[in-house]
Formats: sequence, C-alpha cells, structure tokens
Amino acid sequence: MSDDPQANSGYRKAGQILFAIGFTAMAVLLVALLGDQTVWKAKVKFFGQPRFWPAIGVIGMAVFGALHLKTLKRYRFSRYDLREARVWFEAVEYALWFLVYVWVVPIAGYLPVTMVFAPLLTWRLGYRSRKMLWISVIFAVAVVVLFKTMLQVKIPGGLIYEYLPAGMRGFFILNF
Amino acid sequence: MDLILSSLDILARWDVVLALLVGSVGGVLIGAIPGVGPAVAIAILLPATFSMDPIVGLTVLLGIYGSSMYGGSIPAILINTPGTAVNALTTYDGYPMTTRGEARRAIALAYSSSFFGGIFSVICLILFAPVLAKIAPMFGSREIFLAALLGIILVITAHRGQTLIAAALACFGVWLNTIGLEPVKYTKRFTFDQSWLSSGVNLIVVVLGLFALSQAFILLQGEDEKVRLTKLRGSFFQGFRELARHPRVAGISATFGVVMGMVPGVGEFTAQFMSYSYAQKSSKRPEDFGHGSSEGLIAAETANNAVPAAAMVPLLALGIPGEALTAMMLSVFYVHNVIPGPALFQNQMDFVVALYIALLILNVMVLVFLLMATNQLIKVVKIPNRFLGMCILVLSFVGVYSLRNSATDCALAAGFGVLGFVLKRLNLPIVPIILGMVLGGIMEVKLRAGMARVKTPFDFIDRPIAMILFLMIILVLALHFLRVWKGYKRKKANQWSTSHASISFATTLYRRRNSLSQARGKKVRAKRSTYYPRSTGKS
Repeated sequence: MSDDPQANSGYRKAGQILFAIGFTAMAVLLVALLGDQTVWKAKVKFFGQPRFWPAIGVIGMAVFGALHLKTLKRYRFSRYDLREARVWFEAVEYALWFLVYVWVVPIAGYLPVTMVFAPLLTWRLGYRSRKMLWISVIFAVAVVVLFKTMLQVKIPGGLIYEYLPAGMRGFFILNF
Repeated sequence: MDLILSSLDILARWDVVLALLVGSVGGVLIGAIPGVGPAVAIAILLPATFSMDPIVGLTVLLGIYGSSMYGGSIPAILINTPGTAVNALTTYDGYPMTTRGEARRAIALAYSSSFFGGIFSVICLILFAPVLAKIAPMFGSREIFLAALLGIILVITAHRGQTLIAAALACFGVWLNTIGLEPVKYTKRFTFDQSWLSSGVNLIVVVLGLFALSQAFILLQGEDEKVRLTKLRGSFFQGFRELARHPRVAGISATFGVVMGMVPGVGEFTAQFMSYSYAQKSSKRPEDFGHGSSEGLIAAETANNAVPAAAMVPLLALGIPGEALTAMMLSVFYVHNVIPGPALFQNQMDFVVALYIALLILNVMVLVFLLMATNQLIKVVKIPNRFLGMCILVLSFVGVYSLRNSATDCALAAGFGVLGFVLKRLNLPIVPIILGMVLGGIMEVKLRAGMARVKTPFDFIDRPIAMILFLMIILVLALHFLRVWKGYKRKKANQWSTSHASISFATTLYRRRNSLSQARGKKVRAKRSTYYPRSTGKS
C-alpha cells in the first residue's frame, strides 16, 4: 500500500518493527483494561458515556497500530534493531540527569544547582576547554537571573537557604 | 476605524512593546539556530507567560512564531541546514545561490519575500475579520465538533506515507486527554488508582516532553558539526527590487499561505508545496528550480510566512488549533480565562484585531533588525549542537517545574521526552499526539453538548455549515482512500515482475494469472509466444 512508511526516502528502518510491536502491544493491553478502568453509566446516552472517548482512543490505537505493523515490510528482528534500541537507552541516561537535577533543586537551591549542573553536563558531553565550562556557568547564572529574579517564575527556594543569615535568607529564597 | 483605534489602545503599553521586541528578536535568534525551532522555545516559555497579561504573553509567543521563519532561512541559505522545519524548501534554491557566490542576494530575497508574505496575510485577515465575525456565531457545538473532526482527519491525511501511524498517534493523544477524573459524571478513567493521575496528564507537560526534552536528547546524543560560514557584504535592500519583478509568484504564494493557514491541520508545508509547484509550472525557466531559482525562493519563503497570521483564524474564531504551535497558544488563552471561539469574535473583536496589528508591527521590527544585524546574527549558527542540548535541558526544567512545582510532572515530561526522541529517530510524526489531545478534548465536550438536542443522526448535520463540514469530511476521506488505492494498484503492478524466495508458489501463480490478464501481461505473452530461431552467427 502507499501507506508503507518505509517507502519514504530517508527513513530509518532499524527500530521500526520494535516500536510498532511495542505500541500495538500497549494498545491491546489498554483495550483489555478498558472495562476495568472506565465506567458504563446506566441511563446515560451512548455518546455521553464516560467510556466512549477512552474507547475511541485505545481501539483506534490498537487498530491503526496493528495496520501500521502489517504494512511494515520486514517482520523479523535484526541486529540493527537491537543497535537502535541501544541508542534509545542513551536518551534515558540524559533523562536521568534531568531527573537528578529536578530532585536536587528544591534541596540545594536553583542557582547553586544550576551552576554545578550546567558545567558538569558540559564536561560529560566531552567539552574540556575552560572557555566552554565558563560559558556554561555564565549561561546557568543568566537563566536563573532571567527566569527567577526578573520574570519571577515559580521555583521554590532551596532548603539550604534556611542556613543563611537572616538578612540574606529572604533575598535568596525570593531571587535565586 | 474605531475598531482599529481601540485595538491600538490595547497595544499602547510599554510591556506589550517590550514583549513584541523580545518575541521578534528572540524568534529570529531561535529560528537561526538549527535544532531549536519555535516549538521548543514556545514550549519552554509557555509557563513563564502564564503570569503575564493575556495580550503580553500572547505577543511574546506570537513574536516567536511569526519571526522564527525569518531566522530559519539564514542557515538554510548559508549552510544548507534549515533553521526551522518549514525552511527545508528554502535550501533547494537558497543554498545553490550561496555556492555560486550569491549568498547576500539569496538572503535579501528571503527577507523581502518573508516580509511580503507576513504583511500580506495580516492585511488580508484584518480586512477579513468583519466577515469572520459574522460567520463565527453560526458555529454551534455540532459545527465545532465537525470542524475539530475535520482538523484531526486533515492532520492525519497530511502525513503522506505515514497516515496509519499518524492516526494511531492521534488516537494515543485522544486517550491521553481522557486520563483522570471525567468532568461530568466524576468517574475515574485510566487512573490505575494512582492519585497523581486523577488530575489527568497536563498538555504542557506532554508538549515540553515531546518537543523540548526530546530535542535536547537528540542534540545531546548526536555529534557537533563543523560549520563554515560565508561572509556577507553589502546591503540587503536589493531583495525588494527583485521581489517586485515577480509580483505574480509572490501574490499567489502569499494567497496559498493565507488559505492553507486557515484550514486546520494543513499549514506551512502544503502551502509551500503548492506555491513552489505553481511557481515551477508557470515559470519561463522551470529547469532552474532546485538549482538556485529566485522564483523558487520567493514561493517558498512567501508562503511559509503568510501562514502564522492565518493559522490564528481557526484558533480565535472557533477555538480549534490547526497545528502544534497554535495548540500551545490555546493553553495561554485558557489559563487567562479568555475562551477562543465565536463569542471572542463577537465580544472582543478589538482584542483579535490587536493581535493582528501586533503581528504587523512584528514583521516590520523583524525586518529592521535583520537588515541591521544579519552579520552578527549568523554567528549563532556556530553554537555546538551538544552544548545547545545542555542549554535546552536546563531551560526545559524552568518550563516543566514552574508549572506546578511537581517532580511527578518532570518525570512524566522526561518519559514523553524519551518517547519523542524515539519518534524523531524513527521519523514518525509527533504533532498528531498534541492535536489528538487538544482536539479530542474539544470533540468530547462539543459532541456531548451537540447530541443533547439531536433525535435522529440526520439532525446532527441539518444546519448549512454542519452539512458543508460533513461533506468536506467525506470528500477528504474519499480523496485519501482514492490515493491509497491508486498507490496500492501501482505497487501491485510493479510487484508482479519481481518474485523472490519469500513468495509462495501459489502466490506466484496467482500473480501470474492476474498479470497475464492485464494489458502488459498480454504484450509479454504475445512476445513470448512468438518463435525466434536462435541466431548462431553463421548465416
């Protein structure tokens, strides 16, 4: 069919089958859970049922996902699929970096954590020059000043600020 | 006239002017950096704009949306890498011009075409606004439901070659939107008895994950590219003179941009494709297209810059976003309790016109900025990709965490970031998920309201606009299935001649029987049935 995604030029073939199987399996699982996770109310019109739209969503996912799987040319796994899956896990590493950053900010404060996080991640990415590390520190300070100090975006002050002298405490909690 | 004066009154504030300046300059910068794009910037800035006035917040976001394409043309022309996705067509003719030493001419032409497209669409829409104000109240719940349905179908069918997975991902978006407590009967839907799922999955968390974090992961995981820039000397004003020599191409391309922008789910790519095809077909030198044709560059840049203003029409008049960026803007409206839809056009027309005038001023500001600062601006292209990934990761934190100070939101956004990373690696579309979420929510509410007074199915489409929308849905679906069927036939026709080991003997025989009964099959049979004595070379 003309809807064959691999007919497109520049398509990455590796990993397509993994994604299609994973997506369809998840959709089928959700269809199986539809009765358990949603409610069918008596004396309510069909289109007003709480189950109606979740059913459209999950059944659509399962049907179109399965059709997409069917249109893929190759049905067998190859080592290229596994290599692609390994690349997907590389993104998980950076997601963990992000989550650690999120976890530490309310404890150690937005400014100090960002000033450490940015050069640390820059170092991890392979930049070793002092120039790049300093640029990352300046960037971190600029982001905090722009969003927290100037735009007053809602980010709580760190627990560590409680140990600061009385005069500085309020200032740091409000601005950094 | 009174309307325009009252609209100008809304804009005559220092914070709006500052927002316009920040939005326009920021948008150009963001557009000029390949790998960032307006979606990432808008997703990050979205929570920051919640604390601003609606007009200020929207002006910043509109500024980024409207000006990023100007900036995106710079790397597209100079280094053959589009700054934003919609500048891809600019590389076709822009980069060949750079390789033959005409970089300044190409950039000047891109600026003037973009400016013309932007101004043309805003003027069209200001003139068109009173008509829209009359049509918009004719849209009731049924019409808005059908328009949203048409929008989602158009988004899916616009992903040619990927419609099945686009439909599956749109349904995924519809499902995501239903998670949590159902607002009418207060029943739980797919919460798995988890308290953090009761309030549902926030659209902005999904947007930030799928657009910003996924892009950060892509850049962090990739490699830095070495960029060599061409020095630009001289003035950029000559572009206007050259543009004036092609009024037909510029006018038609801008019109395509306006019309396509107004149709939900269609947007820049279709407008550009149609303008470029038209310009090529009507050109005296069609062979130059793709090799540095000035007409090709004008068509591409005029069409894409005419879209942002037009894309605001379905959003403002019906509350239906046609693409991911306007879907993000919709959340700004909701946060400020300004509900886009027919009532907005009836009661706050000055607000709508103020947004259009803001876009008009924005185009002028961007042009002035670019004419003065292009040589300095092009240096941003040199920022290393991986370092840029780190910057986006740090900025994404502001976007997600400032929303509700929730670590759960951040974990969810990280999860969607990984999903977006996988989708981008596989070249699968992300936009259907966002539009599925937004339009799914609209369809649920409007269908429930619309069905309340409907006794027979025909009652649903007995009003003129509902009938027109219904016929349009049927037409779009029919055209799509026709295209799929033709593609299927073409593929089958190519297939019969190539048999390989995985095809069973019965299939081979079945195909052979089919092919023999077709025209080409008959010709082949006739050829093979003729006896040619083997030539031995000896006479």
